[in-house]
Amino acid sequence: MSTYILCFVLFLVGLYGVITRRNLIKIAISLSIMEFSVFLILVLIGYVDDGKAPIVNLQATDAVYVDPLPQAMVLTAIVIGLATTAMLMAISIRLYRKYKTFDIREIKNLRG
Amino acid sequence: MEGMSNIVKQVAKILTGIIFIYGIYIIVHGHLTPGGGFAGGVILAGAFILLILAYGSSALSLKKEVAGSSNTESIAILLVVILALMALLLGVKVFFSNFLPKGTAGELVSAGVIPLYNIFIGIEVAGAILTIFLALVIFKEESSQ
Amino acid sequence: MDALIPLFVAIPLISAFLIMILGKVIPGFHSFLAPLTLLALLVMAVFVFSGLGNDSLHYTLGGWGVEGGTPIGIYMVLDGFSILMLCIINLIGFIALFYSLSYIRKYTAEANYYALFCLIVAGMNGVVLSGDLFNLFVFLEVSVISSYALVAFGVGKTELEASFKYQVLGVLASMLILLAIGLIYWKTKTLNMAEARSLLDTGPPDPFLLFVQVLLISGFGLKAAIIPFHAWLPDAHSSAPSPISAMLSGVLIKAVGIYVLIRLFFNVFATGHDVAVLITVLGTISMVVGSLVAIIQWDLKRLLAYSSISQIGYVVMAFGMGLILLEKGDNIQAATLAMAGGVYHLMNHAVFKGLLFLNAGALEHRLDTRDLKQMGGIAPVMPVTSSTSFMASMSISGIPPFNGFFSKLIIVIAAVNGGFYLLAVLAVVISMVTLAYFLKFQRYAFFNKGLSQVREKIREAPFPMSFSMIILAALCLAMSMIAFPSVREAILQPAIDALMQADFSSTTFTGI
Repeated sequence: MSTYILCFVLFLVGLYGVITRRNLIKIAISLSIMEFSVFLILVLIGYVDDGKAPIVNLQATDAVYVDPLPQAMVLTAIVIGLATTAMLMAISIRLYRKYKTFDIREIKNLRG
Repeated sequence: MEGMSNIVKQVAKILTGIIFIYGIYIIVHGHLTPGGGFAGGVILAGAFILLILAYGSSALSLKKEVAGSSNTESIAILLVVILALMALLLGVKVFFSNFLPKGTAGELVSAGVIPLYNIFIGIEVAGAILTIFLALVIFKEESSQ
Repeated sequence: MDALIPLFVAIPLISAFLIMILGKVIPGFHSFLAPLTLLALLVMAVFVFSGLGNDSLHYTLGGWGVEGGTPIGIYMVLDGFSILMLCIINLIGFIALFYSLSYIRKYTAEANYYALFCLIVAGMNGVVLSGDLFNLFVFLEVSVISSYALVAFGVGKTELEASFKYQVLGVLASMLILLAIGLIYWKTKTLNMAEARSLLDTGPPDPFLLFVQVLLISGFGLKAAIIPFHAWLPDAHSSAPSPISAMLSGVLIKAVGIYVLIRLFFNVFATGHDVAVLITVLGTISMVVGSLVAIIQWDLKRLLAYSSISQIGYVVMAFGMGLILLEKGDNIQAATLAMAGGVYHLMNHAVFKGLLFLNAGALEHRLDTRDLKQMGGIAPVMPVTSSTSFMASMSISGIPPFNGFFSKLIIVIAAVNGGFYLLAVLAVVISMVTLAYFLKFQRYAFFNKGLSQVREKIREAPFPMSFSMIILAALCLAMSMIAFPSVREAILQPAIDALMQADFSSTTFTGI
């Protein structure tokens, strides 16, 4: 149970970073931290006591394996997170070229 | 950007080949050991990126490189979808089914169409990550002139 | 006919990547292949709709069916509600694509635009067709990431800032959704929606399921831009190129926001009373606040974006009322009427909001401005734009005989029948407020005679843009026919039956 609490604390750390940091790159990294905490919770959900890694060993036919489905979900979600982070970084670099700063307090063209 | 020092260039020359072979090993054994298309593709892209970082982007012609990697990525995805659609014609006649003969479990050439999917997805992921990297390098080059 | 189901996703994927490869070699290839693809998708959607009737189709990828009592394959399910969403997505997609054949000329990199457009349509088709929770998440991400790139397409200062804001909130929403899917998996050990329904059906709502439901409302509320999750919508929808604004506001916030919310809360969870009241309250607040803020806007597309928030509030309020009445169980007829009003307003809003954004794009194309104070007197020189925009404005404000009147009428009647008198009064009042700011739009853009002397050089919008606008305006009139009882039975009733039956339609096929 304590591992789930720690993963949730990591999620809150990432959320704190998104809310309070002013640098665009730090916001993107905090979003990545939040994503990784969700992946950790997903993998922990599939844990079976005394289970082995889910690679089938044909000789030992009655071994207990951990649940492989959350691991497949997390593999796909990691790739999606990579695409999202790449998009954020590309937009940040272009924003730097236009505004000459990474500070979100300067980038306030749209109001109301 | 300029390349790095001479030691880095010589070591990178040797290491890139090893990393490339390791990436291909992870991709091809995707149905037997952990890894598969995604992880192996990222390692493949890492080999190319190491070479670009060591020798500097002034040693490449960047527009041709990014066109090459972008086309590789698109062709690999098209092959994946065509392979999935071909399953509509053979075997069980369902989209995405496993229609090649499955051999004995545990061999390298087994499990039907899954190693083919792994190979194409590996090529696609390597192309995609290389395209992202080269696009960022091109943007930096263009804006620093 | 169920072999057509995976083609809805495979065809736009193939054409997106063919455009990427061949678009560099053959000039003009993209403007030939992309409309052809979307026209093929639209024809397929209408064909499946006409042959479907009241039953539902399903398709298992890879032939993996039910083994040992549990469904282990990836299911794609097409029932009455999905086919309506498919028709709307492909119709608005085709019309927006045809419109952008001449609008995109002023940007470079046209091939990338058409490839990303096909990817958005592929992602949305996948979301609407999936019968499986994680498959839904993957296709949702495909379409949303393509929309991040399309919002920032013309890389100016405001577009990039709007896209960054949209992305941060979008990634936050996706993480909440993934966390909720993981927690549902923990509770039920399955990802299939039908099996999750049969395992979640038991007993009083326990706090763990309430937490999951609140996470889902937050995540999909961020995607659908209901208040208080709306902060990204005015910037993103006003800075995007106009056909993309029409797609985003007309289809994307419905297909990845409202549709999934409705599907999960009607068909997967046994929704309790508190959550249903929460959904209704959020819908009502969106409806009121969206309209009140839209009155003070002078930027045309920002006004339309806030009006989107308000109309989506109508839809969420209607479905919330349906949930409350179904939960109480004694007034099934009012619940059916509320859900019919919600689905009908969803379809209508796609059509007339798409038309309004296309009009705004035509005005921007010819006048190079979005500010209402700088327009005026356009009506004599741009007759097609002016007349279609007048029809759309009357439609969204609820003036008969256009389609908006009938859908809002059905929602108000359902509210009165179900005993929600305050909601009915608010719906009518906000409809009048909507009329107010759309009359403001019409007066300042088209009928203000003061600046008419500088308008002689302005011509009508080019043919692809005019054609798209005329088709949508004709649909505005034609869709008011759905209010007649016989047509309503044929079109809306399968959707409501699919939502109201106690389990997800694929349980009949998985045998659970």
